[in-house]
Amino acid sequence: MSDQLRRTPLYDVHLKYGGRIIDFAGWALPVQFSSIIQEHRAVRSEAGLFDVSDMGELEITGPQARDLLQRAVSADVGRARPGRVVYSPMCNAEGGVVDDILIYVLAPDRYLAVVNAGNIEKDYQWLRGLAREHPGAQVRNLSDCTGQLALQGPNSQAILQRLTRTHLSEIGYYRADENVTVGEVECSIVSRTGYTGEDGFELYCRPEDAPVLWERIMEVGEEHGLVPAGLGCRDTLRLEAGMPLYGQELDDRRTPLEAGLDRFVALDKGAFVGRQALLAQRTRGIGLTLVGLEMVDRGVPRTGYPITARGDQVGYVTSGSYAPTLDRHIAMGYVPPALARPGTAIGVDIRGREAGARVVGLPFYRRNKEG
Amino acid sequence: MTYPAGYRYTKTHEWIAAEGGKGKVGLTDYAQDHLGDITFVELPEVGRQLKRGEVFSVVESVKAASDCYSPAGGRVVAVNQKLEGEPDLINRDPHGEGWIFELELADPAELDALMDVETYSRFAAEEGEKG
Repeated sequence: MSDQLRRTPLYDVHLKYGGRIIDFAGWALPVQFSSIIQEHRAVRSEAGLFDVSDMGELEITGPQARDLLQRAVSADVGRARPGRVVYSPMCNAEGGVVDDILIYVLAPDRYLAVVNAGNIEKDYQWLRGLAREHPGAQVRNLSDCTGQLALQGPNSQAILQRLTRTHLSEIGYYRADENVTVGEVECSIVSRTGYTGEDGFELYCRPEDAPVLWERIMEVGEEHGLVPAGLGCRDTLRLEAGMPLYGQELDDRRTPLEAGLDRFVALDKGAFVGRQALLAQRTRGIGLTLVGLEMVDRGVPRTGYPITARGDQVGYVTSGSYAPTLDRHIAMGYVPPALARPGTAIGVDIRGREAGARVVGLPFYRRNKEG
Repeated sequence: MTYPAGYRYTKTHEWIAAEGGKGKVGLTDYAQDHLGDITFVELPEVGRQLKRGEVFSVVESVKAASDCYSPAGGRVVAVNQKLEGEPDLINRDPHGEGWIFELELADPAELDALMDVETYSRFAAEEGEKG
């Protein structure tokens, strides 16, 4: 199996640490090292280190770089100063989501878009297509020359600070620093970002430097409870944090308004792809909205299972799992707005059996920022 | 991994420990290791008639849902209620405390078609190498 899959620069390191390799969007990546639940708990209470080198990096540069991005994404990048990281959906003309991406504002004429592994080529072509109307913007695909690690959990700063002179406490949430030396590795970017609902950092480096960066972080992290962490807990952590995953909560038919991403849709910023459709949808009202679900009856809600009300299908589950921090089974899914109020009793069709569930507010889990 | 002698094993990684016309059924150590943390077990109903190879249960881990197939035909005479509160018993003790149900065998000769411990140990090792 692993022979046809793409390998990240950390493939051999994963084998060394006992990672169980699976196919993730065509990449050979570890689903777990010890157990998904143990790794999940370590990230919530101490720290975990993830290989996220499968993510894509598209650089947008030039005098019209900002114009291109403002046209491509729904959030307002125009007001963001260098050093900011902006999360945004990127929509098609119908308001559906091409991808949800992170935009690093490095300079007024230089941006890095970090995109989902399965969407790299699609996003690259999409942005290049839009760039035809912005000849002063260049789009380059840097995915093959970038390694990326995510250090996540409450001990992340203490661990990383042991390897760098940069004052990490000065890097705020969704802020980034360029050219940060970590151990002996020159990281092009270190940002306080992540996909777990915990404090943490994402580090970008050259692929050939990724193994030594991993090893240095693991060495100093050991006494802070750091563990290597796989895709399995990456998914359960983001689910508890109520963060959407492209291909599940988001796709080219569901809009950011349906997905509850209104605060990343700046309808007043000027023209962008999908704006007309989203304006119309806001006026008309949405037919489905993303909610959190908590199982009342026994059973595990899974992607694609029908959500029911009085026996009839009214929506569908987009993601579901056991939630280790909450010790219960949870899900996200789309339902009509009339059924979206927390506390509403609904059902999930689990292999032909209607199991009771209730709507709960998102996120399921929010960290104590004072802690 | 080691598997108990005297049990019989299926290619779908169930075991059956038969004695006097009845047999306890569970998942093998290979199966639990492959599934990872088990969070839910759908137990069969007592009294249900099962055919050999019929799905008797769905075991869910954090990763995925997985069907379990009955190693032999017969009637369900007991289920392991402990699994409702502690589904991870299957992870901790797959060949003992993690048993799933007990079957009254329709035809004990059906077990002859299953693997013995040596054959299954080799089979599981080969499956493991395939990933």
